[in-house]
Amino acid sequence: MKIILDNLTVSYRRHPAVHHASGTFAEGEATAIFGPNGAGKSTLLKTMIGALRPDEGAVHFDGGSLADIAYLPQQSEIDRSLPVTVTDLVATGLWRRTGAFGGVDAASLAKVSEALATVGLSGFASRTIDALSNGQFQRVLFARILVQDARLILLDEPFNAVDAKTTFDLLELVRRWKEEGRTVIAVLHDYEQVRAYFAQTLLLAREVVAWGATASVLTDDNLRRALDKVAVWHAHAPVCETAKEGA
Amino acid sequence: MILATLYETLVAPFAEFAFMRRALVASVALALGSAPIGLLLVMRRMSLMGDAMSHAVLPGAAIGFMLAGLSLPAMSVGGFVAGVLVAALAGIATRYTSVREDASFAAFYLMSLAAGVLLVSVSGSNVDLMHILFGSVLAVDDAALLLVASVATVTLLTLAVIWRALLIECLDPVFLFSMRGHGPWWHQLFLLLVVLNLVAGFQALGTLMAVGLMMLPAISARLWARSVGGMLVAAVLIATASGVGGLLLSYHVELPSGPAIILLAGVIYLLSLLVGKQGGALPRYLRGRHLAE
Repeated sequence: MKIILDNLTVSYRRHPAVHHASGTFAEGEATAIFGPNGAGKSTLLKTMIGALRPDEGAVHFDGGSLADIAYLPQQSEIDRSLPVTVTDLVATGLWRRTGAFGGVDAASLAKVSEALATVGLSGFASRTIDALSNGQFQRVLFARILVQDARLILLDEPFNAVDAKTTFDLLELVRRWKEEGRTVIAVLHDYEQVRAYFAQTLLLAREVVAWGATASVLTDDNLRRALDKVAVWHAHAPVCETAKEGA
Repeated sequence: MILATLYETLVAPFAEFAFMRRALVASVALALGSAPIGLLLVMRRMSLMGDAMSHAVLPGAAIGFMLAGLSLPAMSVGGFVAGVLVAALAGIATRYTSVREDASFAAFYLMSLAAGVLLVSVSGSNVDLMHILFGSVLAVDDAALLLVASVATVTLLTLAVIWRALLIECLDPVFLFSMRGHGPWWHQLFLLLVVLNLVAGFQALGTLMAVGLMMLPAISARLWARSVGGMLVAAVLIATASGVGGLLLSYHVELPSGPAIILLAGVIYLLSLLVGKQGGALPRYLRGRHLAE
């Protein structure tokens, strides 16, 4: 399945967060979305899952649909104070099969415990999520992605505030997903992680600054241009002029 | 001897008086429906929402009162319509403007409350206003009993069916969206249940007191249980105990029953703060000392 951005513009209260982005995410590859703060990275992911509506342009799924996506939200979007068990949280990944009303059978539960074992949390099944560390919680969310078993995996800042050992383990999981032929797209902040694990990079600063093989994208020149673009936008162009002309 | 005293204190009031039996059934039914709703409000960080909605119900009840006098069906339907209207208006305002949900609820319920007080004072005496505001669990008739029992039944059945969706929606809304889980619908259905339970509590406890039986046990529950299921059981138990205890208290000490029930729930909350097993002040202090040694 290919994901194609077609002249995509998304605004947050009329301020363009993603501006006329076009391009194609390589199928079966790991692509990092990299860029300065406020570059529209999370906005782009949320638009891809349909949670935000584009002002202009569209996201196309070639040979698949929204149903093939597993999405990992930023940790801050999740209310971790609820005393829900680890098993229950991972089992929410079964939603497409169970819906709001369907039962969870033994085979599905076995899948859940297998996923927990894969992320190294075998003994944690009946713990509640309010008692987990950041790293442990992120492992739980990755277990949920394993349960979802999707062809396309979207990760929004998966390693923020996560300890080094967990980050390493989860990055190995990303590598495995790629080997299984899944497409992985992740918003990342760490240069080294991108270089080591993601063959493709989309450098975003509201606009697409560069998109392609990581080594050719993450050049000093491109990075400087990305920083400049975000700064300029902040200063001068609060409203999307191009979109207005087009409309 | 002790048994006789216990019987006199705890059972005799209900055995001897029909109005006490009705009140007992009404409070237990209310506790069963309201406590889980309150727990969900707490978990969704909407603790003050119940309060706002209870005020919002007032003008509808007042209009029902103006049209049909002290008729429970008319006042209940009116209250329900007003509650749903305020919830809907607040929802629309949140969705299409930059006003946040809590602020927009506050704005609409205050307008609704003022309209309600205006209507009541134009049309009736102050005694009527007191009746609408504070209710009377000792004057619950068959119709009211039926209403309370039906609402408890509908609430529990609906919650059982939509529980998973509600819980996932407050846990991880964006994820539910990514799974095409129709998040907003569950929320609307839930708000409908909130209004329904407030209207049910209305005759027995009054519009202002009904929310107490909803929230106080739910807030106390977190101090006793470590799982969602445990909190649910704890909330229902505390609400039931407050209802029964409050009735007995009002019978023996001759207090108005509604405030007695809610104040008892309040006392249980204060005790829970002190000795609650999960994060109460005293257990926390003791555990802290163990760690230090």
